[in-house]
Amino acid sequence: MRILFKTSYLDDIRLFQHSGSYLWYGVLVAGLLIVPLVLAEFYVGELSQVFILAVAGIGLMLLIGYTGLASLGHGAFMAIGAYTNTYLITKGVPFLVSLPIAGLAALAAGVAVALPANRMTGIYLAIATLAFSQIVEQIVVRWESVTRGFQGMPVPAPDLFGHPLTQAWQFYYLCLAVLVLVVLTAVNLTRSPTGRAMVAIRDSEISAQSLGVNLVRYKTIAFALSAFITGLAGALFAHKLKFISPDAFNIILSIQLLLMVVVGGLGSIHGAIYGAIFVGGLPQVIALLRDHLPGAIARTPGLEPGLFGLVMILIVLFEPLGIYGRWLKIRAYFDYFPLYRRATFKRQRSYLKTERVR
Amino acid sequence: MELLQLIVGGVAQGCVYGLIALGFVLIYKATEMVNFAQGDMMMLGAFMALTFIGTMGMNYWLGFLLAALCMAAFGYLLDAVVLRRIIGQPQFAIVILTISLGFLFRSAAGFIWGHETQVFETPFTNKIIKLGELILPLESISMIAGTIILAGALYLFFNYTKVGNAMQASSQNQLAAYYMGIPVKRINSLIWALSGIIATFAGVLLSPVSLVDPSIGFLGIKAFAAAVVGGFGSLLGTVLGGLIVGVSETLAGRYLPPGFKEIVAYLIMLGVLLVRPQGLFSTIQRKKV
Repeated sequence: MRILFKTSYLDDIRLFQHSGSYLWYGVLVAGLLIVPLVLAEFYVGELSQVFILAVAGIGLMLLIGYTGLASLGHGAFMAIGAYTNTYLITKGVPFLVSLPIAGLAALAAGVAVALPANRMTGIYLAIATLAFSQIVEQIVVRWESVTRGFQGMPVPAPDLFGHPLTQAWQFYYLCLAVLVLVVLTAVNLTRSPTGRAMVAIRDSEISAQSLGVNLVRYKTIAFALSAFITGLAGALFAHKLKFISPDAFNIILSIQLLLMVVVGGLGSIHGAIYGAIFVGGLPQVIALLRDHLPGAIARTPGLEPGLFGLVMILIVLFEPLGIYGRWLKIRAYFDYFPLYRRATFKRQRSYLKTERVR
Repeated sequence: MELLQLIVGGVAQGCVYGLIALGFVLIYKATEMVNFAQGDMMMLGAFMALTFIGTMGMNYWLGFLLAALCMAAFGYLLDAVVLRRIIGQPQFAIVILTISLGFLFRSAAGFIWGHETQVFETPFTNKIIKLGELILPLESISMIAGTIILAGALYLFFNYTKVGNAMQASSQNQLAAYYMGIPVKRINSLIWALSGIIATFAGVLLSPVSLVDPSIGFLGIKAFAAAVVGGFGSLLGTVLGGLIVGVSETLAGRYLPPGFKEIVAYLIMLGVLLVRPQGLFSTIQRKKV
């Protein structure tokens, strides 16, 4: 095992904790860069999908995992990003301009949600965001002069400085670039005072407030940032789909995003990415499994959401810390071998936590 | 006269929302879990009834009863086997768990009963009563009457039976109830069973109107609006919340531009959350510091 000697407080918030991290993240980035040369076009497309999901997942993770505000309506922010981006591009705005504007549109919506949401907590907030996503969905359906309603609209390929990115590998690099930027932003955010204020709010609103954290301000910032990043993901998602209609952004998408952050492991950027790999990869695994399953089961149309639900249930019951939490446990097991104790990651005794007056 | 007609339709729809919301609220009051799968439990109840009445050709009332009993057993086991394990985790985990259960139920229902829309014969299907100029479909009357009967039965149950009193006690203060010798765990499972029965009522009463297919559980989202408007606390308030949502939805469908029918429930809910976050008829106070 590696022992980190910290000689100053700044060591605690270094971007990479030790030299090994440089090596492994370098290997990862290099590996991702050569993927289009090695893999078939189909898998390159699937990987870009995973990157887009990861971007959205990081957006949601900032809100749920770091600030502790539940949202069941993040699909709506993706919809806003996707439609803003597509509308601007069809009006002739270059992609490099329309992408940030799409994010900003989602950000504005995020602030609009945050203002009332600051008055709510827990389950009420979750339900209110759910209502928000339903309202956005109806607006998308009815505002036909911009969104063309249920007819949907085709999405042209994104262009960089006049070169349209029509190939799968070009789009792959675009998504990778956005993902890396977003990851760096998120990691830097979490080691800044703003990020730590958000974590403080998550752990205890009261103590955060007593230490001088302006709750309204930081919750609004969290919502705005989260919506911005999710809006970017939505814009990319539109290009990936090549054709957008209101069905693409229904409640199922919001729930998928939510499942992503939970499966990955709440409260870590790694978790959002693991979750994206899981959610993006599961349909492929199911497609492969279908060939080996007995006919009646394989032909069921609802197989995918059902399996999804089943995996989620098992994860919530048996590994509440998600994939990333499991990885930490496995690593700790080998680090401390043979001295690992099962209770290392247990925070407290379990009891029914109440939100009521007692 | 048209207005009156619409209001009756809205009240009937609102009764169903109220019934689903009643399921949420019972569970929330007792265990502080919010059951996002309540709408899907309603769907399962409707399918059970479909099996007993439509497929096996039983008498309507007998099939209804059997379906309710099956769902009661289902709710009990669901709590005893799955949900009890989650105690101690943050509320968020419960939200995820119940959402996933909803997915699983929908998928399982599609696998067992198919994804096609189905229907079974009830004594109320396609019959009307004329009161002067007012034409009332018997289906609407059955929903309203069913809700009134069920609400009355619940009132009697909670106030005059030992189990009902124990449920009230344990939802007011679990620890105190436990000290008084109430088996809180079993009571919680029984509340899930009760909620399964209520879900069956909602599903069966709604079935002549909405028909039966695995996706009718999404109605549960609108029932949330009813529960929030009612304040997630009082049972009467919840039914009233359902009525408000149902009536305003029907009226919006008639008098407002298209699209409002779908979102008016959420608009009302957001309004209530902003102005009176504890709900219009709430008795429980939220935690303040």
